[in-house]
Amino acid sequence: MSGADKGGDGAAKLPEPHEQASTQPLEVQTAEVIATKHGSFTGSQGGNSGDTSGYGRLVRRIELPGQAPRPYGGYFDEVENELFGALAEQGLAPETAIERTVLYRDQLTFQVRREHLLQVAKTLRDDPALRFELCLGVSGVHFPHEEGRELHSTVPLLSVTFNRRIQLEVTCPDADPHIPSLYSVYPAVDWHERETWDMFGIIYDGHPSLTRILMPDDWPGHPQRKDYPLGGIPVEFKGAQIPAPDQRRSYS
Amino acid sequence: MRVPVSESAADQQQGQEHPAQDEQRPDGGQEGFDPYAAPGEGADGAHEGRVFTVSGGDWDEIAEGLGEAHEERIVVNMGPQHPSTHGVLRLILELEGETVTEARCGIGYLHTGIEKNLEYRNWTQGTTFVTRMDYLTPFFQETAYCLAVEKLLGVEEQVPQRAQIVRVMLMELNRISSHLVAVATGGMEIGALSAMIFGFRERELILDVFEMITGLRMNHAFIRPGGLAQDLPPGATDKVRELLELFPKRIRDIEKLLNENAIFKGRTEGVGYLDLAGCMALGITGPIVRSTGLPHDLRKSQPYCGYEDYDFEVCTWDTCDAYGRYRLRMDEVHQSLRIVEQCLDKLEQQRNQPVMVEDKKIAWPAQLALGGDGLGNSLDHIRHIMGESMEALIHHFKLVTEGFHVPAGQVYVPVESAKGELGCHVVSDGGTRPYRVHFRDPSFNNLQAMSAMCEGSMIADVIVAVASIDPVMGGVDR
Repeated sequence: MSGADKGGDGAAKLPEPHEQASTQPLEVQTAEVIATKHGSFTGSQGGNSGDTSGYGRLVRRIELPGQAPRPYGGYFDEVENELFGALAEQGLAPETAIERTVLYRDQLTFQVRREHLLQVAKTLRDDPALRFELCLGVSGVHFPHEEGRELHSTVPLLSVTFNRRIQLEVTCPDADPHIPSLYSVYPAVDWHERETWDMFGIIYDGHPSLTRILMPDDWPGHPQRKDYPLGGIPVEFKGAQIPAPDQRRSYS
Repeated sequence: MRVPVSESAADQQQGQEHPAQDEQRPDGGQEGFDPYAAPGEGADGAHEGRVFTVSGGDWDEIAEGLGEAHEERIVVNMGPQHPSTHGVLRLILELEGETVTEARCGIGYLHTGIEKNLEYRNWTQGTTFVTRMDYLTPFFQETAYCLAVEKLLGVEEQVPQRAQIVRVMLMELNRISSHLVAVATGGMEIGALSAMIFGFRERELILDVFEMITGLRMNHAFIRPGGLAQDLPPGATDKVRELLELFPKRIRDIEKLLNENAIFKGRTEGVGYLDLAGCMALGITGPIVRSTGLPHDLRKSQPYCGYEDYDFEVCTWDTCDAYGRYRLRMDEVHQSLRIVEQCLDKLEQQRNQPVMVEDKKIAWPAQLALGGDGLGNSLDHIRHIMGESMEALIHHFKLVTEGFHVPAGQVYVPVESAKGELGCHVVSDGGTRPYRVHFRDPSFNNLQAMSAMCEGSMIADVIVAVASIDPVMGGVDR
């Protein structure tokens, strides 16, 4: 049975984790599923983990925290109110621009739809009640099993005026890896976006010179992606081949 | 050094092809003359105009080869192997005479894929990698990483206070050593070799303390998720106290040498100018933004590791230039010494307290001890797992080979490193390995300001400006 087949079956059999909580408001139910794992350990070639421990039929859904219920506490409610208000004033319904507001470990992340990223960032920077002057860079993440949202781009923002910190998160599918560049709003992201392009292949539209920055100019592929083959040097040890690090068994 | 010279407009209008390289080459077209030259000059569109590769030969011949180029545009590659560019930094400077008209950085020469490597090791091993990023500020990376992992685990409150105090002490000593290197190499690059000798000599004293506490001068991996690898060895606090007695005098020596030194001031004052608006736009933090007068310091504004319990001031300067940044760094050294002194007092009160979280599912099972055959797992622990408790052996084995699980989620944790905001973005998928770790290295970001600081200045000032940014390529390229 291939890994993909198992994934489909497993997901269907799995009890919905939020079924019993259906009386709660809709917004708290949308966790972000990034992967489905089988058995007590994974890795190894072809999805066959070689797990004979009896736990091989375990199915685990890997979820990132989803939409948080309000109130968030601290300054987060005020930031969201101000941002939503400012967006509404500009004629943009907040729920079309902001997919989710995630609160995890006392950190607030707005998941922004990429079409509206520039407007949201500009509002966050310019609105006198928000004033997120400092953009601290861009970090990519690759979730190969999250269909349609494989590539994530996270942008931490800091307001020196109000001493507040939030993050923006934008996603794009692998098939269309385009995200608008924040360069026109925060010139600081220049090198960070180049690095994320270099490492993940996310194309930041509107960046003045989106070229490789850490890898050589003629390098093929984007090394930080999870599907980037690590290769490894074949080491033969008494007839056994040592697989590359990404092919080895892992307990994750 | 390669010197492209754009062709005159007249030549281009006539549609002339570039002259054959062989005829123009100063060495007379020997075969295999420059193995690194771009193939088919001009054909790949990478160069504008003719390219003269100057490596040996007679300058007169090269000048002759230039012919009657009306417009002189000289592009000089400075680095990546250049003693004044702070490591393997490559500066691409477009010159007009001695004035820099455009300046760009070429980085990536020290890229070692640390972030990717992290994804194939367990959470505890991660600290061994991150310590090697910016090799002059290892404790800051370790702390940022460990704080992020602890935040994901939700154990920030359980990390013992003693561990936090030692972290603060190590970070502040590290800040001093990093600033000393900034002053030392910065001085060396402009010819102030005494500054270099003093700076490195004083730094060595701090590295001695590090060696005593962690066993290594650099790349310590001493701060671990949940606390510290082990407690301070006996005599460590005394050694730090000795340092505190000696250091104010040694720092004053450097200040006496440089603060009012006419040559030093002449080289650094008004050089590498970047004001607050520029800093905000370019995301600059650390000494550069504080040299514009903004007291932005995460230790005060968003304290971590208990910084709110220490008495210190955020230093600022208002000149926005390289001289201000030098003065600011020296002021910060004094403040750091203040903090270290308070750390020692706090450590006195916290004697015999643990330095690792109590949760045995996270804490490293074995303590190191010095035996007859060198440093290794303590014999008590070996006796326990090998002779007394099967469960302890299993536990040790599982924790050491697999590591602990960290709940799925992501956090961004910043600390105020010696060079600015060092941010650590950690993503977990619930496994025993980091799913993704990204470091927002302050040097990487701050180096973007090089163009803004250097364009329009003299070529000699580029060195000063870059030195005042204090980039460390290990952190920039990771």
